[in-house]
Amino acid sequence: MEFFTEFPEMGREQLRDLKKAIDAGFRDFSRTYGEGMEDFFNPLLQFLIWFEKLLLATPWPIVIGVIAALTWFGARSWKITLGSVIAFLVIGYLGMWEDTMATLAIISVATILCIVVGIPIGVLMARYDRAQAAITPVLDVMQTIPSFVYLIPVVMLLGIGKVPGLIAVCIYAIPPIVRLTNLGIRLVDKEVLEAADAFGANYRQRLFGVQIPLALPNIFAGVNQTIMMALGMVVIASMIGVKGLGVPVLRAISNQYLALGLMNGLAIVALAIIFDRVSQTYGKRLQAHRMDGKNG
Amino acid sequence: MAEPKLRIRELYKIFGDTPQKVLPLVKDGMSKAELLDKHGHVLGLRDINIDIPERRIQVIMGLSGSGKSTLIRHINRLIEPTAGDILINGQNVTQMDAGELRDLRRFTASMVFQHFGLLPHRTVQQNVEYGLTIQGIEGADAANRAGHWIERVGLAGYEDRYPGQLSGGMQQRVGLARALATDAEILLMDEAFSALDPLIRTEMQNILLDLQEELHKTIVFITHDLDEALRLGDQIAILRDGEVIQKGEVQDIVLRPADSYIADFTKDINRARVLKVAAIMEPGRKLTSGAAIPASMTIEQALTTLAAAPDGVCAVVGPEGETLGTVSLQGALAAVAPAPPADAEAAESQRYSA
Ligand SMILES: Nc1ncnc2c1ncn2[C@@H]1O[C@H](COP(=O)(O)OP(=O)(O)O)[C@@H](O)[C@H]1O
Ligand SMILES: [Mg+2]
Repeated sequence: MEFFTEFPEMGREQLRDLKKAIDAGFRDFSRTYGEGMEDFFNPLLQFLIWFEKLLLATPWPIVIGVIAALTWFGARSWKITLGSVIAFLVIGYLGMWEDTMATLAIISVATILCIVVGIPIGVLMARYDRAQAAITPVLDVMQTIPSFVYLIPVVMLLGIGKVPGLIAVCIYAIPPIVRLTNLGIRLVDKEVLEAADAFGANYRQRLFGVQIPLALPNIFAGVNQTIMMALGMVVIASMIGVKGLGVPVLRAISNQYLALGLMNGLAIVALAIIFDRVSQTYGKRLQAHRMDGKNG
Repeated sequence: MAEPKLRIRELYKIFGDTPQKVLPLVKDGMSKAELLDKHGHVLGLRDINIDIPERRIQVIMGLSGSGKSTLIRHINRLIEPTAGDILINGQNVTQMDAGELRDLRRFTASMVFQHFGLLPHRTVQQNVEYGLTIQGIEGADAANRAGHWIERVGLAGYEDRYPGQLSGGMQQRVGLARALATDAEILLMDEAFSALDPLIRTEMQNILLDLQEELHKTIVFITHDLDEALRLGDQIAILRDGEVIQKGEVQDIVLRPADSYIADFTKDINRARVLKVAAIMEPGRKLTSGAAIPASMTIEQALTTLAAAPDGVCAVVGPEGETLGTVSLQGALAAVAPAPPADAEAAESQRYSA
């Protein structure tokens, strides 16, 4: 009877030994390779620091001017451009300029990193069904595992700082771009691909001439989601030493400062909306010529 | 007749997991239905043998699902054969390695698709340049060559449009120009005009015939439409369930259908307009009273001359005016009135004798 009321657990001793063994194993691993990892990621760190400094050193009117230009280039809409400018002016006026620039820096670098790593993985998955079968569950785990859990090994390996924060953000934010690149390529019209084959296109010409351009709207939707998820990680990443808008939010939580938390939270929301509108309208413009007309 | 440019020899295609295993069964005559039932394989093509002459239009006709697309895709090996050979200019396509195959597709055989297969993110100009880009030709050279063909298919002024902004007929003109721009000597057209409205289809057929008069490409043209086959084809092969059931000159197929399936196909056509005098004349010289009729005339065109001849008999002459034979009004009328198919006649007589 006891068998059913009490779960047949592993012995307490053995369980402790198991956990110890895993911890010790990983600690050894990080002692051996941690340094190498840090060297490996050093260029990334330098780039991040450089970009952050650049944003902070540039006079604020120029930064806002550049942001307005980028928004205009992306969205071609006066409303969105004007809205972005006003949002940044308010953010600066409320004393959040420096934190916002730091967040902007890490989001930009994380997004670039996700694109550079994620698109090739998506291309690989689209080419080989086996790669798709192997990578899809990994992406599922990355998206569903609570972010606090994978912060632990990242911190053990790389300590606390900008790079582990960046890695944590990327682990969380990369799945959409990988998935949508894969999906986009797989959805490319079979007859168009056949035409490329029939004219003697090789793999490279097929990929860059047909598959990626036609998958671009989907890839862009992936970039958009990746940016949104990266912004969502800002607060958690600040727990392991990433500067930016997340830091005051954390402070607000532990000290119960409502106004501080709200303002910084809203600044994150403002960034999210700007990124979202710009990248979405840009994505829509990308496929505009495919929409008018009955075929294709 | 010219040497065949393209020969298809004992070609078999079976779709499924282990085509080689069931191939002997198919060679022993197992039917398509039985193969699917007992072995779960789809018979695509069985023992196809066709010689396609140089600089002519070979039509391959058949109902939907008869294997036309499968067959034409073997010519540039977009589909791998289960067995058999495809020879282009004496070279065996089935033995080519990846590089040779790419060159074949780039320089020797180009293709036009039923649903156009255009690149939606490229303009008309860029689409027509596509085959050249693949060959590595870029810049002004590619632009000039593409521009020439855009003009030839009547799309001058539309260079900067996107395919999505064009009608179906115009899109297929782009498809045709793209295929012509590579200067390939073989043109593979898989139901190229089937997706178009009848009027546009006729227009496209005219464009193709006009171009062919000057370019003399070797064209393999797939269609399920007999009128189209008769208009375009120098030779026709008819497919059913993956097998060629009749092949030959257009005239032959209309006058001597191999079985009731083909007779059914051909019974509704306007025979006077399709049949040429050459196909129904009696060879040899005879004294005739009427005016001479060129052998290449259709019966319809010849009827007035025949009717005007006192005894209804005219001499048939070749292109140089040499006498080839004679044709009679009676003979012409008999050829135009469709004879009842052989098996229907048999059934009729059986009924009377019973
Ligand atoms: N990839 C494939 N796998 C299995 N069966 C196929 C495949 N492609 C074509 N078939 C079958 O081969 C036959 C001929 O098809 P197809 O060549 O497309 O005919 P058509 O072009 O004359 O309409 C059909 O029965 C079709 O179902
Ligand atoms: Mg077909």
